[in-house]
Amino acid sequence: MRPILMKGHERPLTFLKYNRDGDLLFSCAKDHDPTVWFADNGERLGTYRGHNGAVWTCDISRDSARLITGSADQTAKLWDVRTGTPLFTFNFDSPTRSVDFSVGDKLAVITTDPFMGLPSAIHIKRIARDPEDQSGESVLTLKGPQGRINRAVWGPLNRTIVSGGEDSVIRVWDSETGKLLKESDKEESHKKTITSLTKAVDGSHLLSGSLDKSAKLWDSRTLKLVKTYVTERPVNAVAMSPLLEHIVLGGGQDASSVTTTDHRAGKFEAKFYDKSLTEEIGGVKGHFGPINALAFNPDGRSFSSGGEDGYVRLHHFDQDYFNIKI
Amino acid sequence: MVREEQPNKLRWGELDDDSEDLDFLLPPKQVIGPDESGIKKVIEYKFKDDGNKVKITTTTGIRKLANARLSKRAVERRSWPKFGDAVHEDVGSRLTMVSTEEILLERPRAPGTKAEEAKSAGDPLAQMGKGGAVLMVCRTCGKKGDHWTSRCPYKDLAQPSETFVDKPPTETNAAAGGTKGAYVPPSMRGGVPERSGTDMRRRNEENSVRVTNLSEDTREPDLLELFRPFGSVSRVYVAIDQKTGTSRGFGFVNFVNREDAERAINKLNGYGYDNLILRVEWAAPRAN
Repeated sequence: MRPILMKGHERPLTFLKYNRDGDLLFSCAKDHDPTVWFADNGERLGTYRGHNGAVWTCDISRDSARLITGSADQTAKLWDVRTGTPLFTFNFDSPTRSVDFSVGDKLAVITTDPFMGLPSAIHIKRIARDPEDQSGESVLTLKGPQGRINRAVWGPLNRTIVSGGEDSVIRVWDSETGKLLKESDKEESHKKTITSLTKAVDGSHLLSGSLDKSAKLWDSRTLKLVKTYVTERPVNAVAMSPLLEHIVLGGGQDASSVTTTDHRAGKFEAKFYDKSLTEEIGGVKGHFGPINALAFNPDGRSFSSGGEDGYVRLHHFDQDYFNIKI
Repeated sequence: MVREEQPNKLRWGELDDDSEDLDFLLPPKQVIGPDESGIKKVIEYKFKDDGNKVKITTTTGIRKLANARLSKRAVERRSWPKFGDAVHEDVGSRLTMVSTEEILLERPRAPGTKAEEAKSAGDPLAQMGKGGAVLMVCRTCGKKGDHWTSRCPYKDLAQPSETFVDKPPTETNAAAGGTKGAYVPPSMRGGVPERSGTDMRRRNEENSVRVTNLSEDTREPDLLELFRPFGSVSRVYVAIDQKTGTSRGFGFVNFVNREDAERAINKLNGYGYDNLILRVEWAAPRAN
């Protein structure tokens, strides 16, 4: 395959997300402007100007009308996807690290970093249908985990929120009462910071990636460990194919050691694994920095990766990919 | 398919045996349709072996399959005006490029080889042992085919290997070396019997075959598998780049019997392996 290279960002990529129809790709980077691209040919549709810091994360509503972004400028913003105009700004006292719309787009979960003595927190906000009625009030605020919470996503039926972060524990919270329901088992859990967390299409299982050079597959309801994928690089990003039983891990050595070691030793490929056999299928090379973000097109026929090198690489799979047998 | 035979007055077969060359005498191929019901007709003419002309009419029903399903919304989004920085985009800015490089999903190993490799990688020693149990001679206790030297149960009881004993250099050595105090490798020092170091080196050089132009994925078990059919193999080695951990593309295979090595060279030199053409030759002993 010949990937499409998109060089819209001037700083390392942080997050990638497709909309539900799979025709738009949203990219966030440490420069201040999230960008939307056409997912078939990589043409840039627009940028969302208004943030004043690195943008860490974004999510798109199911109807592709609203975009929510979280930034290091201590805000999360709601945007009109079509025009790029900011509709509402949620102000926090610390950088926001992760955002996720609930099923139905009526709620959003936003996590904030520990900052200036403040602990990290998970906020649940109500998202109004009409931006005029939008308020900044939190429905619920969850506190407790030590260190940064790198990712929080909604569990099945919006009943729970699953979070993972620097303390390397995956937690399931009740989204109504805010009670901590489950914690991942100490023995089974990651040994280092959890960098990414993603849900399966049907929400039945979760995949987490960690700097301990592994990714783990969890049952969403029971939080039982199902599979572990071992790799030889810290994992910064994970993605699950919605079509095949494949997962992709992206990562690479620390950005700080890139210049001091042989470039071939960097291991900047996106690695494909079989989901159930935990067997490596192959690697896709191309980035010349660690991979920070990965996303699968909802049709499972293409995927994109964003790297520390500032490029988004959009890969449309060849036919061979669909015939791979282990 | 409908076939109509038309008896032809001309007996082409009598005129010329090479009937293929007469194809230009036939009426050209005709394609009719596809019409609104999706039926396409192709009319071709051909010579049969006996020289008769045959008209072949192929009728095909053609149905167009939608190969992409796009939601109406997605189609609508396609025509959205650009916004933000994308409005004033220079034509020359080339934000989106198609990679000039063909990127493949690189398989960790050639498809289909997994099972065997895993098996042999799991216990190459056991396999080598099976290949030639006699090979396994413990240098400590002299027992054959039971264990390797490093696993010898009597290892601790036996005298430490002389190689590592720092014996004072003898007069002969001093006379040969001339300069006093210069470093003399233990193997060159006097008083050490002929074996040990030199013996070890000879083992590495005897019947040694160098294999070059190996693919990066080739590992020692693969080489063993490739060379074992020619005879007992005593050592397989693939050079690995220490920095990257990938193969450097060459390796050595030692055979117990010289004839086996020769056969392997004859057979495998120029052999296609993993899309590369192997070069197999006698390993030249090092210059020193």
